Amino acid sequence: MSSTPSPVWSNRTIKWVDRRLPIFSMMHKELIVYPTPRNLNYWWNFGSLAGIALVILILTGIFLAMFYTPHEDMAFASIERIMREVNFGWLIRFIHMNAVSLFFLVVYIHIFRGMYYGSYKAPRELLWGIGVLIYLVMVGTAFLGYVLPWGQMSFWAATVITSLVTAIPVVGNDLAIWLWGGFSVDNDTLKRFFALHYLLPFVIFALVFLHLWALHTTKSNNPTGVEVKKPADTLPFHPYYTMKDAFGLGVALIVLCFFVFFYPNYFNHAINYVQADPMVTPEHIVPEWYFLPFYAILRAVPDKLGGVVLMFLAIAIWFILPLLDTSKTRSGRFRPIFKWFFWLLVADFVLLTYLGAMPAEGIYVTLGMWATGYYFFHFVVILPLLGWFEKPLPVPESISAAVTAGHEKEAAA
Amino acid sequence: MSQAVNPGGNADGDSRRDFLLYATATVGAVGTALAVWPFIDSMNPAKDVMALASVEVDLSPVEVGQAITVVWRGKPVFVRHRTEKDIEQARAVDPATLPDPATDDERAIHKPEWLVMIGICTHLGCVPKGQKPSDPKGDYNGWFCVCHGSHYDTAGRIRKGPAPLNLPVPEYAFLDDTTIQIGQEA
Amino acid sequence: MSTLTRIATAAAVAAGLTLGLGAVGAQAAGGGEGPGLKRPYWSFEGVFGGYDEQQLRRGWEVYAQVCKSCHVLDYMHYRNLEQIGFTEDEVKEIAASFEVEDGPDEWGEMFMRPATPMDEFAKPYENDAIAKLANGGVVPPNLSVMARARDGGADYIYSLMLGYRDEVPEWVLEHDPNFELPAGKSFNAYFPGYAISMPQQLFEGILEYPDGTEPSAEQMAHDVTAFLQWAAEPELEDRKALGRYVLVFLLVLTALLYAYKREIWKDAH
Repeated sequence: MSSTPSPVWSNRTIKWVDRRLPIFSMMHKELIVYPTPRNLNYWWNFGSLAGIALVILILTGIFLAMFYTPHEDMAFASIERIMREVNFGWLIRFIHMNAVSLFFLVVYIHIFRGMYYGSYKAPRELLWGIGVLIYLVMVGTAFLGYVLPWGQMSFWAATVITSLVTAIPVVGNDLAIWLWGGFSVDNDTLKRFFALHYLLPFVIFALVFLHLWALHTTKSNNPTGVEVKKPADTLPFHPYYTMKDAFGLGVALIVLCFFVFFYPNYFNHAINYVQADPMVTPEHIVPEWYFLPFYAILRAVPDKLGGVVLMFLAIAIWFILPLLDTSKTRSGRFRPIFKWFFWLLVADFVLLTYLGAMPAEGIYVTLGMWATGYYFFHFVVILPLLGWFEKPLPVPESISAAVTAGHEKEAAA
Repeated sequence: MSQAVNPGGNADGDSRRDFLLYATATVGAVGTALAVWPFIDSMNPAKDVMALASVEVDLSPVEVGQAITVVWRGKPVFVRHRTEKDIEQARAVDPATLPDPATDDERAIHKPEWLVMIGICTHLGCVPKGQKPSDPKGDYNGWFCVCHGSHYDTAGRIRKGPAPLNLPVPEYAFLDDTTIQIGQEA
Repeated sequence: MSTLTRIATAAAVAAGLTLGLGAVGAQAAGGGEGPGLKRPYWSFEGVFGGYDEQQLRRGWEVYAQVCKSCHVLDYMHYRNLEQIGFTEDEVKEIAASFEVEDGPDEWGEMFMRPATPMDEFAKPYENDAIAKLANGGVVPPNLSVMARARDGGADYIYSLMLGYRDEVPEWVLEHDPNFELPAGKSFNAYFPGYAISMPQQLFEGILEYPDGTEPSAEQMAHDVTAFLQWAAEPELEDRKALGRYVLVFLLVLTALLYAYKREIWKDAH
């Protein structure tokens, strides 16, 4: 690839600005001519979708903050006022509520896509690591936000999750009191949660910027896992991928709007429309669906500290994925055995999601332990061993060769 | 640079491609514009605020010579039950000589004995004195703004001082003999 | 293209699973050992659902004559009644028939005055302590979000209204032979734990509907539930109407985007 020459701007204002701050040249380079592998499939749509979900959440969140009151006596009522009195308040709140689910769904697909196609392997380890960090901050932000409506589930989620720190030896209890700013979840807890919930999305935004910077430095991976070698391997980002992403966005918006307008409370727990009562715990406390796999891991361990540690390890292990996967072949497409184990891991993750929603009794506990065990077994044992035992299929020489071969196969069929 | 492809298309697909481009761009632009509206509209007064955009005031307890202050849209509204003398004083002036010319009928728009005005000085927004019997009423027996010394007469017209305009008269109507509604229908 | 098909299939399977699990969850919540929730027809269900104003006004009648004496309906104002077809003057009249506290007046005293359409619905008790005292130690819950705050929503409220039994049924004793109804409680087949503090309220003919509808217990339960659904989701009709436009619009836009995307990609294949 030859380096892209900066375009010559004809508009005088643009020219003036660009000579002093080459922002137009940069956008031209990164968003328009950016050479993108020509063989990206639809699984590659979910990165940009995640970015848009983040923007939707930040926008609706800012408007909600104009009306929300972070006070234990007024938070619940202020949200009802948003729903009833503020013009289109119900719409803005329902978009915010449901876009969180969209965000997590899209990000999970994005993560598992990366796992299947080996997008974490050199030279993309840092790109991958920043991504895991984004996910962690997302989890924190979503948790903080869920507390703000000050319903029963908000309050008890806050209590249960902040109590996790009491598992830490020696300083645990003091740490919990420090987190709460009191001796239980109270008004000051709510206010600091609101402040942080407003802050963290912008931290995510900054991390996304770093994520993209790393992406545009190492360039996109692609389904073959073969690096871009010549111009014929790529297409300019615009209009090929801008339009493909726009189409994907259209589909995502249809799904989002279906829930927003017709089943806005589908992913919500009914009990969270009962105002927080520190004296009464609801019968079943269940986290939002996107936390369920990790919640199941937390419960799979009969030891308080052990459960907490394992839950965080379940995410932290993603950071060292580039080390655990010893295979020289990047894409799962050419790894016949890995493929099977990958889908087994997906099934295990879905099973954990299901188990997280079930009561912690009987068969669910046993299943939870096995599913948790397998989850770690996959990363710690199977992945490193596969690199040694698996005989990968021949990898195409280049992306364009693979594309041509694909066309021939299609023509023959 | 990437492989030389021509996204502009060739003569064959040109018209179809152009049509799709313009149709998609138009529909997309319209959609984006419409999607912005709920956010802008959310910053307009909410329904509960609009519901208080008009207030009903019972005037029956207000004796001749007394005044009451009611809150309407977060602002003080002066309601004075004027005496014959107040009205005479107000009518004795030639409106043409005033800084902001207005006849007394243009001030007490429905009934001469009832003067209803927004009690905010037209200079810089202070609330003038003159509602309570003990208040200073200024040189013209009306209202006096202590902030910068504006004097208003018994019809709420500016007579002396830095204020440029008379105290504004809100939209109001008598629902019956002793009840007024200030502001429009909610 | 094959990826697109695969993603679509995966999405369909996931959607099926999600909805299926939801249904199972709802079953579990309503079921237990007792009867499943009653599922009557509701005009507000589905993509084209909306409220039946006449029914909501009947529901208001039930609320005003039965529920109101113990339950608050927070966040609702008398002016909201205009949305269910009462005229402005009727609303003023309804509001004026209630007294609300105002003040302090110039002597520093709180005083009672007739409510105006701008006021929130009058509360039955001054504070929670009095509410508890008057109701056997339990504060009657706020009803305005009830239809959102219980699994099963309207079906649950409707079932609860009609779920009272004079005697503890066999199926409860089979499950738990030691079950005993605490003093002062009533048996309700749909209430978690079956022992509910609120006695049965709806009996045939306890009120007369202005529109002449026969006031059977089922009718009143159905009407008051619809009213509470409206109180919980007053935006429902606007929401669904807007949603239908938005979805049609998005389908058109997405179809165009797909066509345009394919057109462009022709060159690249």
